[in-house]
Amino acid sequence: MKLKNEWPKYYKKDVVTHYCPGCGHGIVHRIVAELLEEMDLGKRTIGVNPAGCAVLAYNYFDIDMIEAAHGRGTAIATGIKRARPDLFVLSYQGDGDLSAIGTAETIHSANRGEKFTVIFINNAVYGMTGGQMAPTSLIDQRTTTSPLGREPGVDGYPLHITDIVSEFKGVAYAERVSVSSPKNIRRTKKAIEIAFQTQVDDLGYSIIEVLSACPTNWKMDTIESCKWIDNVLSEEFPLGVLTDKRGQK
Amino acid sequence: MAKKKKKYQVIVNQEACKGCNLCVEFCKPEVLRTSENLNKMGYNYAEPVAGKDCNGCMICTLVCPDLVLEVYYE
Ligand SMILES: Cc1ncc(C[n+]2csc(CCOP(=O)(O)OP(=O)(O)O)c2C)c(N)n1
Ligand code: SF4
Ligand code: SF4
Ligand code: SF4
Repeated sequence: MKLKNEWPKYYKKDVVTHYCPGCGHGIVHRIVAELLEEMDLGKRTIGVNPAGCAVLAYNYFDIDMIEAAHGRGTAIATGIKRARPDLFVLSYQGDGDLSAIGTAETIHSANRGEKFTVIFINNAVYGMTGGQMAPTSLIDQRTTTSPLGREPGVDGYPLHITDIVSEFKGVAYAERVSVSSPKNIRRTKKAIEIAFQTQVDDLGYSIIEVLSACPTNWKMDTIESCKWIDNVLSEEFPLGVLTDKRGQK
Repeated sequence: MAKKKKKYQVIVNQEACKGCNLCVEFCKPEVLRTSENLNKMGYNYAEPVAGKDCNGCMICTLVCPDLVLEVYYE
């Protein structure tokens, strides 16, 4: 018998990740590894991984990676890409990392139109540190730091950071996707492929926001988590292309 | 001559499975189920159901966050 799904070349074999059962990080990691192989990019890629649950991503991807201080991924990615424009540069970040402590780096690297790709995992909480409220947490969402639910009068409103940066001239491609169903996972792969190609074609900044399950901190089972993404999280953060400047340059 | 129908078989790497159930939920022909047994990590792993035919749709490998599943064909 022949194997239909080969193990992705740029993903380490026989390593069991530390991610919780049903965590969206694992699905997105696999997609990224598959695309680095399919698009023949792995050998010239430098990945930047964040503080957050993906902090150990360098143990899983079989590519060169560098660890960023919390939120500083796109500052490091800027340095790498400017010094070595021939390399393919990828910053992988969570919503606490990218849209709280790293807001300045995110906004200014996007506004400068730095020519790398950002994979933005939005799970509406700080996963790694125990499910605290993130800027992306929903109104009334109960977290360990909003035990009665997020209250706009005190905590503000869910931050739509990908929508904000998608308005910038330097941002060539921005899309919001999710990994809540087979159909949405297929679209996630397509969107990341487009973002990667945007970088290969040197068109500018590209960012893909992925609505991603954190069953552990949401205190839901994995199937409920998928439904919550579809019925609740994507109501606040609708899926779709936010900007697409391919073909305009 | 009639074309021979492809045969598919799904294999679960039992010890790497975290029992998240996503493959079980999304496999339409219900080829996969959750085992009553635990693996070494303490998870109820996914297992193929005897007598159910896998159709090679690759949905299970698409949703699995942990690259636990292999689909073979002949
Ligand atoms: C400067 C600094 N402040 C705080 C922390 C603690 N910290 C580690 S991860 C994290 C939040 C991670 O959340 P997110 O970026 O949403 O990623 P997730 O874990 O959900 O994937 C925090 C606050 C840190 N490592 N460094
Ligand atoms: S805490 Fe949440 S984001 Fe972190 S590994 Fe577990 S499920 Fe994934
Ligand atoms: S390939 Fe399709 S039919 Fe076969 S086990 Fe996977 S999901 Fe089920
Ligand atoms: S999706 Fe993967 S990890 Fe989850 S139960 Fe199925 S085989 Fe196990």
